Amino acid sequence: MTIHQFLVYTLAFCSGFCIMGIELLGGRILAPYFGSSVHIWGSIITVFMLSLSFGYLIGGKLSTKSASLGRYGTIFIFAAITVLPVALSAETIMEAIFLRVEDTRYGSLLAASALFFIPTIILGMISPYSVRLLVTNKNESGQVAGRLYFVSTLGSALGTIITSFYLVLWFEVNNVILSFSSILFALGLVAIIFNKIKPFNEQQELQGVAHG
Amino acid sequence: MVKHLLSIAMVLSVFSTTPALGKVIHNERSLYRNILVEDQGDVRCLKFNVKRSKSSQSCIYKSDPQRLVFNYTKLLFSGLLMIDEPKNVLIIGLGGGTMSNALHQLFPQAHIDNVEIDPAVIKVARKYFAFFENERIKSVVQDGRIFVKRAAIKNKKYDWVILDAFNGDYIPEHLLTQEYLQEVKSVLTDDGIITANTFSISKLYEHESATYHQVFGNYFNVSNSKNSNRVILASANQLPTSEAIMKRINALGDTLSVFGVDIKAIEASMTSTQDVKDWPAETRILTDQYSPANLLNN
Repeated sequence: MTIHQFLVYTLAFCSGFCIMGIELLGGRILAPYFGSSVHIWGSIITVFMLSLSFGYLIGGKLSTKSASLGRYGTIFIFAAITVLPVALSAETIMEAIFLRVEDTRYGSLLAASALFFIPTIILGMISPYSVRLLVTNKNESGQVAGRLYFVSTLGSALGTIITSFYLVLWFEVNNVILSFSSILFALGLVAIIFNKIKPFNEQQELQGVAHG
Repeated sequence: MVKHLLSIAMVLSVFSTTPALGKVIHNERSLYRNILVEDQGDVRCLKFNVKRSKSSQSCIYKSDPQRLVFNYTKLLFSGLLMIDEPKNVLIIGLGGGTMSNALHQLFPQAHIDNVEIDPAVIKVARKYFAFFENERIKSVVQDGRIFVKRAAIKNKKYDWVILDAFNGDYIPEHLLTQEYLQEVKSVLTDDGIITANTFSISKLYEHESATYHQVFGNYFNVSNSKNSNRVILASANQLPTSEAIMKRINALGDTLSVFGVDIKAIEASMTSTQDVKDWPAETRILTDQYSPANLLNN
């Protein structure tokens, strides 16, 4: 495995970790305004699944045009920025919705959409984009995709358990969200810098030719 | 054959070690929990968690439905040492509706809002526990936090809020935080009071103590060594003097004895946090940002 590939797997792992960490904290964030009933989770999971599905679509499309580690890093930077309102403006957003929508089902659905839709779309773009960066020939594409899903879903599992078992016991919700955002930002920067030093796409194309 | 005998022996031993179980007269799985109504002799109990023995939520004596079975329910009457005649009461967490019934009997003119998240609990309270409703006594299916938030927006005021939304197994963490208590305080009248049934064994005790103290200042701990419940009695205003409390005890006389409540004994079991602060000063306050109540309750 090249250092570039290792980097992509690491980034995919961390994005999986952050997605589920944020989703889990979503329940905690919505509870003061919309309660902790089962429909809260209905709203959160719906919004996450929906935005991930759009993210996969957009990420895949994006990867067809001059894919590079630099652009991959930029996705992380955008994810980091769009996660910020979850910590910084959640109160304002939820209060506005609470005042206008009486029904907690639709209130929570609106609030979950307002807070999580955009960042989760962007985080969803990472998986297909990772596959594009990792696959060098047709034969191993399935294997690469499988390994990528393994790594990122493992990240999700760990993000879920570590957030729910420990992080909420030690830290405030907003601090955890801000940490996730910082991690995403830092990883994005690493990818961009790495791309500057050693462009990934050229090396990969060469490899592709060699294999072909 | 030996195997059969063994299994029979095992079954027998299980039966002999289990205390006599009552007769289950109602059993349903609601959105939130398993609800069980069980008759054991003269006592009828509402149970949420079947497997644990300490799961009874609310019990009544069928022959004497007024008399309260539970100690902690009785402790809630300590509220009457801080107000004269409640006009608007808010009860969060219905159980069998015994508290609502008792308060209605004592103060027929009082308006009582019962808030319960689980519609199945309300149905069971009506059917098996004689939970009484009329134009003054209402029950609302809603999350307690949301009810209080909306009540605050509508500028509703209560002179007594009873917080009893915990079923012992899972704790709604958003109902323990500083922000929630501030919202509750905002729907209290100037002299309004709260009585809150809280946890008293786990680590949560200290966190709850610190949080209530942060919001309400000094309060009374009402507890009885006989059970594991602790009721927090707090006021939006100052705590009353002991003279004021004695005056109310005398005024109440033995009106509470029909409920099996000995108000003098309750007064004796009250300690002010002014005298005893039984939590470490550095205890972390529970907030919407930090409320791992279920993890702390181990």
